[in-house]
Amino acid sequence: MGKTLFDKVWDSHVVTQIEGGPSVVYIDRHLIHEVTSPQAFAGLDERGIKAFRPENSVATPDHNVPTVNQHLPIKDELSRMQVNKLAENTAKHGIRHYGLGHPNQGVVHVVGPELGLTQPGMTIVCGDSHTSTHGAFGAVAFGIGTSEVEMVLASQCIMQPKPKRMRITIDGTLGKGVEAKDIILYIIAKISTGGATGYFVEFAGSAITGLTMEGRMTVCNMSIEMGARGGHIAPDEVTFNYIKGREFAPKGDAWDKKLAYWKTLKTDSDAVFDKELKYRAADIEPMITYGTNPGMGTGITQSIPAVETIEESARGSYIKSLAYMGFEAGTPMIGKKVDYVFLGSCTNGRIEDLRAFTNFVKGKKKADDVVVWIVPGSGQVEKQAKQEGLDKILEEAGFELRQPGCSSCLAMNDDKVPEGLYAVSTTNRNFEGRQGPGSRTLLASPLTAAAAALTGKVTDPRDFL
Amino acid sequence: MPIDKFTTLRSSCIPMPIENVDTDQIIPARFLKATSKEGFGDNLFRDWRYNKQNQPIQGFVLNDPTYSGSILVGGKNFGSGSSREHAAWAIHGYGFKVVVSSFFADIFKNNALNNGILPVQVSAAFLEKIFKAVQVDPKTELEVNLEKQQITLVSSNESESFEINPYKKECLLNGYDDIDYLLSIRDKIEAFEANRVN
Ligand code: SF4
Repeated sequence: MGKTLFDKVWDSHVVTQIEGGPSVVYIDRHLIHEVTSPQAFAGLDERGIKAFRPENSVATPDHNVPTVNQHLPIKDELSRMQVNKLAENTAKHGIRHYGLGHPNQGVVHVVGPELGLTQPGMTIVCGDSHTSTHGAFGAVAFGIGTSEVEMVLASQCIMQPKPKRMRITIDGTLGKGVEAKDIILYIIAKISTGGATGYFVEFAGSAITGLTMEGRMTVCNMSIEMGARGGHIAPDEVTFNYIKGREFAPKGDAWDKKLAYWKTLKTDSDAVFDKELKYRAADIEPMITYGTNPGMGTGITQSIPAVETIEESARGSYIKSLAYMGFEAGTPMIGKKVDYVFLGSCTNGRIEDLRAFTNFVKGKKKADDVVVWIVPGSGQVEKQAKQEGLDKILEEAGFELRQPGCSSCLAMNDDKVPEGLYAVSTTNRNFEGRQGPGSRTLLASPLTAAAAALTGKVTDPRDFL
Repeated sequence: MPIDKFTTLRSSCIPMPIENVDTDQIIPARFLKATSKEGFGDNLFRDWRYNKQNQPIQGFVLNDPTYSGSILVGGKNFGSGSSREHAAWAIHGYGFKVVVSSFFADIFKNNALNNGILPVQVSAAFLEKIFKAVQVDPKTELEVNLEKQQITLVSSNESESFEINPYKKECLLNGYDDIDYLLSIRDKIEAFEANRVN
């Protein structure tokens, strides 16, 4: 029987298999940020050991950083300490670090791919659940906890049982105004936030292979939001062209050798998955969420489901969720008031997202009563946006480009949505208080965010296209 | 560092019959700025537990003296969301040793085990039974036996077995941690590296 892409990558990284237990898996790339690493470095210190393979790790601060005046010291003392600690720890252990102000600094999952650190067939981990983003390149990439960050630093390995395999196939052509973000919100709405727990997911089908690398990253980024250990897409010409020439991409003969290997990284035709799901691209419309988990989403022209349509055991949680959001079951999404719009994050903070948003608002005006934060995912994205003049077009339409970081995605910095107010956000989580205590988040694509920024209401982006 | 050993535990429990409790609720992001593992218990379920004036919110189960114990019983899909191990530290720091649910998110389960917290996955029916029993008598006790992999509702003596990976079970029973093991197999890791593809 043939092997899946996942089997090929996982199996080739198993150092040893513990009888009746987890596999010891070798890690090719370890990405580090300031929030989930200090306790791991402290653990190494307590044991009196140094990082085992420091050259396999790369670090950058992102979660805590301000998105204005980054040249000044961070005002929040605890944030500043965490960011400084990262610089200190990485220096001590000889780990590459892109600190604040470095042109390569940014959200760790935006930085890895754009520098060519992310490559097909690699195992990639980070103390952050959205590490799944890197699966877009045909890597096996997933988030780990801080104990595991310490394991990787100490031994370059983690210990995990092999997950089951799932394939989700989406065939066909996406409709006008429908983006990669809508595909993944659609899937999560179908299978719920626990629908892929225990599985590693391969995304396939013509709607997926038709996506750019940026779009593929958006899809894989949110695999964790359906509970999956990770998600990935087999590498193809689109992948290879994206990687070629980037800072850490193989060069010369090494490139040819790697390329030959990468071309073998696909699921064999006779491989079997533990579970298969299939959807049609034509059924997907621009999506938006109405509740407090990413599975509570719907097509933008639809209404919030009536309570009776919810499984009885889940009704209590459903009602609680709508109460938090201040929404009534059965009411339409279109036209709901929007106070904030956030474009950014490791889901939609890449150059293509900025381009899509900018093109959409070009020559139009921001609605007066909406606060809009446009935060590039990295220093490189910011630079590129300025080179392309996107900042100018945005300014003319009443918007401002900020500096890179996670920002309002989890509101550890000052970019907090005030209590009770509504944000259309291109991020990946709409949990209670995610964008600030009491904030209410509606997840959507960059186009839907742009439409809301122009009207101050939930708006179908197709109305403008 | 060694984790707490776990063999058996008999305790009353704290019921939280809410589905999809995510790690942002267990420990909100603004409390993730610490650089040590201490003190997270104080902010466990912070925004459900305290209002803006930092006053305890009446009616939230952790503020209700009717309920006590070192077992937290949560609804389906407990621990979804972020990979923050701070969630496990907060639960541990508050004093919980066991979390019971009918379904756990993957990363949370791993993080719990790595911190000496035992995640016990029971059937939806058994979970219902626990919630009902606690509703009738808040002092209802549960007994969790790791060796036998069994959880018992003491009042009615109803039991259910639960699964745990045999390796993780050994670790918990003995208080071992994975890093000690990984450090002990360094020669194997180096042998693997000699033939690495990436
Ligand atoms: S952008 Fe948001 S989801 Fe992505 S790593 Fe930062 S906080 Fe996490």
